[in-house]
Amino acid sequence: MAYSIVLVFQDWDLLTPARFVGLANLERLRLDPKVLVSLWNTAYLTFVGVPLQLLLALALALALNVKLRGIAGYRTVFYLPSITPAVASAVVWLQILHPEFGILNNFLEQFGISRVNWLFDTRAAKPALIFMSLWGVGGAMVIFLAGLQGIPEELYEAAVLDGAGWWSKFIRVTMPLLSPFLFFQMIMGVINGFQANFTTTYIMTGGGPQDATLVTVLYIYRNGFEYFKMGYAASLAWMLFWIIMFFTLIQFLFANRWVYYEVGQ
Amino acid sequence: MAQVSRGAEPLLRGGAQPSWWRSARLKARLGHVLLHVVLIVTGFTFLVPLLWVVATSLKAPNQVFTYPIQWIPREPQWVNYSSMLTLLEIAGRPALLVFVKNTVIVATAAMLGTIFSSLLVGYSLARLRWPGRSLVFGLVLAVMMLPGVVTLVPLFLIFRDLGWLDTFLPLIVPSWFGSGFFIFLMRQFLTGLPIELEEAARVDGAGSLRILLRVVAPLSKPAMATVGIFSFLGHYNEFMGPLIYLDSNSNYTLALGLRMFQGRYGDRWPIVMAASTIMIAPVIVLFFFAQKQFIRGIQLGGLAGR
Repeated sequence: MAYSIVLVFQDWDLLTPARFVGLANLERLRLDPKVLVSLWNTAYLTFVGVPLQLLLALALALALNVKLRGIAGYRTVFYLPSITPAVASAVVWLQILHPEFGILNNFLEQFGISRVNWLFDTRAAKPALIFMSLWGVGGAMVIFLAGLQGIPEELYEAAVLDGAGWWSKFIRVTMPLLSPFLFFQMIMGVINGFQANFTTTYIMTGGGPQDATLVTVLYIYRNGFEYFKMGYAASLAWMLFWIIMFFTLIQFLFANRWVYYEVGQ
Repeated sequence: MAQVSRGAEPLLRGGAQPSWWRSARLKARLGHVLLHVVLIVTGFTFLVPLLWVVATSLKAPNQVFTYPIQWIPREPQWVNYSSMLTLLEIAGRPALLVFVKNTVIVATAAMLGTIFSSLLVGYSLARLRWPGRSLVFGLVLAVMMLPGVVTLVPLFLIFRDLGWLDTFLPLIVPSWFGSGFFIFLMRQFLTGLPIELEEAARVDGAGSLRILLRVVAPLSKPAMATVGIFSFLGHYNEFMGPLIYLDSNSNYTLALGLRMFQGRYGDRWPIVMAASTIMIAPVIVLFFFAQKQFIRGIQLGGLAGR
């Protein structure tokens, strides 16, 4: 990490010796329009994508937290996509989102919706990536499921005796006891949202069309390993780090207002 | 809906049968049927992409884009799978086998490292008393949240100076030095273990290392299995690391190799899909057999603030 700080003040292409350039990298960072574009894309994917993912994961977990014939099978089905290797699922989704032959467009056409150029249209590319990410909510779902199964049955029984209906049981028992899990998922979701999307964007769109899916991590990778600007890449990484820290701290600051921990645990 | 049936059941099991008993049971039944329908429909939607991969991998090139989609190809082209072995060769050997071998080496070595280091560090954090212990635990948590991208460039330069580029070492060695999430998981598990056995061993004169190996490790098998599975999957799927550190294609892992198939046969979808199927299949088999471990492992994590 210390090494990483040193790099911020250097210009180094690996071939010639590193050169001390002072604040030049930070100056470049301020003036580079692509930095803002990549941050906007990253923020879009994170702040639109993560809430949707968590909502869907929670809904699935609630639906799957029942004693039902074949429930293990259903859980497996929803979990499978999330353990499908990112490279493989990127290849699959390239095909599903294909403007001419993709299943999604064929499906939408049945309802009279005209074909969308999913990955090649600047307006559709980010929503397409978010849609695709919803396919992998199984991981979050399983964590919620583990949380739900840890809620003691007696609490529900007591609530029923007090005349609680489905909704008030959900709001007064389920949500408070699930809140630590939700909090953990939000923290990890934001951290991952800011960092991830590398494999998918690298393989599926290469950051295009017209930088509409150029996420910051992809831009860091490009600078470091394609343009060999190690110092600049390190500067970008540090910028991203502080941004992630900022959002993580904000979440922690607001946590005690709504996250409920059982006393004594 | 889930909560209705959960909450209602204990009441239903009671000896007395109030008049609403029948209708409540009927309601629960109907609810279950409805839930089945919803789950089957959404579940199928989730499966479509995977089914599509397998279906396409068995098609002839001219069948891929026929509409309506053929979910079960009339004449399954098993040749797509065998031709993957002959199509792409590295130094006279089938590329696919080379990729599989590399992946197994990297993922297994890294998995062993992760288990070893998380057990060692986790035990020390959970049970041994030493100055600065809580500070180190705080650091572990912080590193868990630290974006890996910050250390991307410096790590690359360090490994380059060590002459480790284009070897498996950068992919394996870091896991032997521990990683935040797994240490956290292991510590949570070990904190919950009854301490009596260890105390008995200590009275018998066993040292910490001996206790760790003889008493704690055997008791920690479930946690070690969880850490192992997650770590193995993580390394099996990893794309960025191999992309950065591996150069020659004889060193490629499956994740990178799949990309190579895609680059070379981008227009021959059945081939690419057959390669994808080969990459996905082991993960599904692993999950099928280790399912209970997965769910329990997450509970072990003790997110509820234990």
